[in-house]
Amino acid sequence: MAEITAPPAAAEAEHAPPAGPLDFEIVPLKGLPIVAVIMALLIAAIASNKLWPLTFFHVAGGAAWTIIDLFLGLVLGPIMGRMSVPARIEFTTKLMPKMVLIMPTVVTATLAAGWQLATYLGTNLTSNPLHGWVVASMIVVGVMAILALGLLEPANIAVLFELKKPRPNPVIIERLMKRFIYCSGILGIMQVATLVIMTKLSSG
Amino acid sequence: MSERKLPPFTELGMLSLALIVIGGIYLSSHIPQHVPLGLPIALLIASAALVVVNLVLLSRVPGFAWHRFFQVGKWALLAYLITAGLIEYAFLRNHLRGGPLVILTLSLLVYAVQVPALIAFTVARYETSAGDGVDPSLAHGA
Repeated sequence: MAEITAPPAAAEAEHAPPAGPLDFEIVPLKGLPIVAVIMALLIAAIASNKLWPLTFFHVAGGAAWTIIDLFLGLVLGPIMGRMSVPARIEFTTKLMPKMVLIMPTVVTATLAAGWQLATYLGTNLTSNPLHGWVVASMIVVGVMAILALGLLEPANIAVLFELKKPRPNPVIIERLMKRFIYCSGILGIMQVATLVIMTKLSSG
Repeated sequence: MSERKLPPFTELGMLSLALIVIGGIYLSSHIPQHVPLGLPIALLIASAALVVVNLVLLSRVPGFAWHRFFQVGKWALLAYLITAGLIEYAFLRNHLRGGPLVILTLSLLVYAVQVPALIAFTVARYETSAGDGVDPSLAHGA
């Protein structure tokens, strides 16, 4: 059976950086009003201190956060790692700008509503029998926050800036994308711990 | 790709974040009991010192792309000040007062400075010359 090999020109093109600057927004401006509305509703939920809005923001935000981390870290990440450089760049320029808005919004909503909900339910009091689980969740979230804020978010922004340059450096893009994908994988695995803790907390 | 020698900005920044996270968890896990403030204060001072050390070390790097650092940093600072403000509001909403409030507020301030600095550094470190800069006509979303 004849072995099919890519012609040299095609193989070269697969690893070549983009020819010029790509046309995309690092921060999608159209998304900012949506973020502003969500934040305003979140403030209203905290100010009202009522069970349903607090539960809504915590559960909806937490579900989105967990699913995005699991999907990105364990499904999309490995797929992206095996993509050709041009395909990965195209995918990155469409996905990453949205992540710049989605993740901080989802995380802020989950944590702020979660703390208020814990205060409402009394689970953050040392006298509560579930207090240990709440502290465990804080530790897991703390570790995830350090990784996300210190490594993942900067890599996300930096790769977008690199792609905006007239001559993007494929080595830098590769390095930043590796950081992003590995970090997403670790966060995805840590989200499993969050699922264990949160299901225990909700079932009492 | 040749690389400049840079200080361990990301590593020190993450350590600084870790210290305030530990302090925050320590304080939060004691509510509503009396919280000994010695440990959180020590962690906060160490964290803030790391922010200063980090910036001083970075200021000694010749040819560092400060224009890009501040371009990215100012917008990130605005975003993280908003999230820090939201968290501060949650503390005030729950009648947090006294020493714990001061420590958590200052910790939020460190967070709101450190995270944008990490983002700005990661972008600016790969800025090698004016010719490599982001095409201004396309950076409208930055």
